[in-house]
Amino acid sequence: MSYIAKPSVSHPSVRKNKLGLTSRDYEGAVSTLCAGCGHDSVTAAIIQAVFDLDIEPHMLAKMSGIGCSSKTPAYFVQQSHGFNSVHGRMPSVTTGANTANRHLTYIGVSGDGDSLSIGVGQFVHAIRRNLNMCYIIENNGVYGLTKGQFSASADIGSKPKKGLPNQQEPIDPVSTALSLGATYIARSFSGDKAQLVPLIKGALLHKGFSLVDIISPCVTFNDHEGSTKSYAHTRQFYNHVVDVDYIAPFETITADYEQGSAMPVTMHDGSKIMLRKIEADYDPTSRAGAFKYLRERFNAGEIVTGLLYIDDERKEMHDLMGNVDTPFAELPMQSLRPPKGELKKILKTYR
Amino acid sequence: MAGPNDIVIKIATVNGTGSASANGLLRKAIFRMGVPVVGKNYFPSNIQGLPTWYEIRVTKDGYQSRSDRVDIMVAMNVQTYTRDMADVAPGGWLIYDSTWPRSRQLDRDDITVIGVPLSRLCNERFDGVRTRILMKNIAYVGVIAALTNIDLEVIMGLLEETFAEKQHLIAANMEAIHLGYDYAMENFNGPSPPRVEKMDATHRHIVIDGNTASALGCVYAGATVGAWYPITPSTSLMDAFRAFCAKYRIDPESGKRTYAIIQAEDELAAIGMVLGASWMGARSFTPTSGPGISLMSEFIGYGYYAEIPAVIFNVQRTGPSTGMPTRTQQSDILSCAYASHGDTKHVLLFPADPHECFTMAPQAFDLADRLQTPVMVLSDLDIGMNDWMVPEFEWDESYVHDRGKILSAEDLEEMDAFYRYLDVDGDGIPYRTLPGTHPKGSYFTRGSGHTKYGAYTENATDYQEVIDRLDAKWETARKLVPGPEIAYSKFNNAAILTVGSGNGACKEALDRLGAQNVGLNYCRVKAFPFSESVKEFIDKHEVVYVVEQNRDAQLRALLILDFDLQPDKLVSLLHYNGIPMNAGFVVDRVLEEISKGRAA
Repeated sequence: MSYIAKPSVSHPSVRKNKLGLTSRDYEGAVSTLCAGCGHDSVTAAIIQAVFDLDIEPHMLAKMSGIGCSSKTPAYFVQQSHGFNSVHGRMPSVTTGANTANRHLTYIGVSGDGDSLSIGVGQFVHAIRRNLNMCYIIENNGVYGLTKGQFSASADIGSKPKKGLPNQQEPIDPVSTALSLGATYIARSFSGDKAQLVPLIKGALLHKGFSLVDIISPCVTFNDHEGSTKSYAHTRQFYNHVVDVDYIAPFETITADYEQGSAMPVTMHDGSKIMLRKIEADYDPTSRAGAFKYLRERFNAGEIVTGLLYIDDERKEMHDLMGNVDTPFAELPMQSLRPPKGELKKILKTYR
Repeated sequence: MAGPNDIVIKIATVNGTGSASANGLLRKAIFRMGVPVVGKNYFPSNIQGLPTWYEIRVTKDGYQSRSDRVDIMVAMNVQTYTRDMADVAPGGWLIYDSTWPRSRQLDRDDITVIGVPLSRLCNERFDGVRTRILMKNIAYVGVIAALTNIDLEVIMGLLEETFAEKQHLIAANMEAIHLGYDYAMENFNGPSPPRVEKMDATHRHIVIDGNTASALGCVYAGATVGAWYPITPSTSLMDAFRAFCAKYRIDPESGKRTYAIIQAEDELAAIGMVLGASWMGARSFTPTSGPGISLMSEFIGYGYYAEIPAVIFNVQRTGPSTGMPTRTQQSDILSCAYASHGDTKHVLLFPADPHECFTMAPQAFDLADRLQTPVMVLSDLDIGMNDWMVPEFEWDESYVHDRGKILSAEDLEEMDAFYRYLDVDGDGIPYRTLPGTHPKGSYFTRGSGHTKYGAYTENATDYQEVIDRLDAKWETARKLVPGPEIAYSKFNNAAILTVGSGNGACKEALDRLGAQNVGLNYCRVKAFPFSESVKEFIDKHEVVYVVEQNRDAQLRALLILDFDLQPDKLVSLLHYNGIPMNAGFVVDRVLEEISKGRAA
């Protein structure tokens, strides 16, 4: 994960958030990805979202595995804690970290290889546990660092730069997450920052497992004609279904929402996300409905985007386990041991 | 030969018939009479219907290992009857259920065969298939009690404790005891087996298995996160941890848990969770066995390089591959010492018995925190799942856990800058921060090449500087790990060196060899890296018999590698058939080597 340090100079008039930090304070090292890589746009969207939400950098944990996508945590929020783990194993590390301390905001950045091939087991089990994290998949259909092999999200018929088109069924992270009971499921496109930033904000605030699957084209290995994960293909078949506006706590809703199409969801910090249904009949709280709709649109070749499913009632992992709120490292050691003299009583049962 | 309080009773049953509680009752009764006992399970990798054995060694000398003979066989399993009869030592006894006829051709004239119609007696007295089967087991306890003079009052006392909340079961169980006891008393008039006679040799001792002891050690160590994937023979460790936590880890104010147990999707995830939780400062651990270590290896290397504490209990079983999951071995020594690709090496602790499982658990967490590295506790199935008589555990209330070099918010506030991998103190151990402590404490944890400042690097010098510092840390580890147990005899040419559960058999062998005027010194290593005193011990001897339970002499190989030793004087005595080693094996092999001209 090579990187180049960025000079830290910013204009005095630059906007500050509630913590008095500028968006420059939420940047990281200079990206070493290819020029035009979709991932860099996602990085920019993450910086924007974290800055807007006034998250203290050191209270953010950036988790990743291995791959181009997994390099990106080095490129945002330099002052936060990063954990670049092994290939496909980011969910387990995040599960352990979150179990030990629920007070940090966990963002995981992964790719289609990291999440849908080598790490598919950990990906699905993190969903089952409803691990409270924002899980971003930068989905480009190929392995970049090893130079262009298909990944498990490659569509049937998609053409590689060299060799034969893909013949195998793709794994769609969105329908996978739907079937497993993820509680916040979104899809977006790296080239659509206006849609992406509020989706990431909602994902960061949602209590439970939030998936944001982002089509993020690989300019070097998968942006040619015939690829179904190229900029051109994505733009052509891109379809907004449910967009989201983020409304900060105590902020009044100023925009006019058409009757019946808007659905506010209150987040745990008092903020709201307003779901704007572009497709009036679409119900983002119905798993079965979402599944059917997605499958139909997929068959029609469309890339359905937006906040596709939300369940803000199911308990997240910590609450399911019934753990104390205190970070485990802060529990006094004395309180973790049986009371004085208790050992004698315990041992009596082994006599 | 058997003698008073020197008796081996083996019970052959079918697994899934509830014989474990009857066997436990018998073992406990002998222990309560003040007589040292050992309980060993030989069980199949199966839930119901296959042969299983429980062996009780009544040992007035307090030996810990398996005996090499069977004095009394309780042959309850028709499938294994022939083999069980063959196992009885000449002059021994065999008890069988005489409800059904049995071929006389199977008889041996050098042992006493005792038929007791256990099924008929229980079927006449009890209703229900399950009850009848369970009571038949209790009834054979009664037969043995009659033959060896076990105190019925003690048995009654145990039943009262066990069924304190189910009074009706006390009477029923006692009735079953009497069915066997009275029948034997009235009908048996052959030569009596040696008796169990009251002693005072179990005071301040307990009988416990190693997995329960490790779990209790984890509770006292302040472990808060246990992540695991079920695997024989380690599973009972987490079961025990769960049971202790349910009692001692509920926050009185909120009623919530001050522990978390996560059943992972596989061992890869289990160790990932442990590293994640440890990174956040929670003391976390995973119990597993050999196949689990294989799966965890990538992450173990990550923990080594990124310097994250972790405690792994490897309850070793018989390999390679799936091997024999319900049999014991010490065959993961090398794979644990060097788990993972690249230049990695790991701190290992080797408990010899459940007492050391208890004491080494907090030690493992302290070492992992102090050294910021994964630490593995290498127990085995023999220690983990068998019943060992060991001194009562003690806990020193003044003991302070060593959380190692963790910077607090106050520390960070006063610092200009924090760099994760600097060797500030010259001991090879850097300082770490816990995420969320302080803005100055942030750093990027990575398994890729990094500089001492924690930054990514592909620079040759910067990479090597960190790798060399890790080696300096290794030498610090050598000084911190527990040193060996060493005992000198009056002779000084030869010695036995062993590890872990080899302790019991080797010590008994030393006694037996001593009685034949073969005096050997003794060294039992308790940790890797090996302490300097292990090398000094080896250097003093002409020949060192390295006794271990694997085919490839893994301990010997590790000693040679770690100390750059001349291999010639390390002579391997290897026991690796899956059954716990006994003293007879060690004695025979040492005498064989001596007869070939080796020094004694």
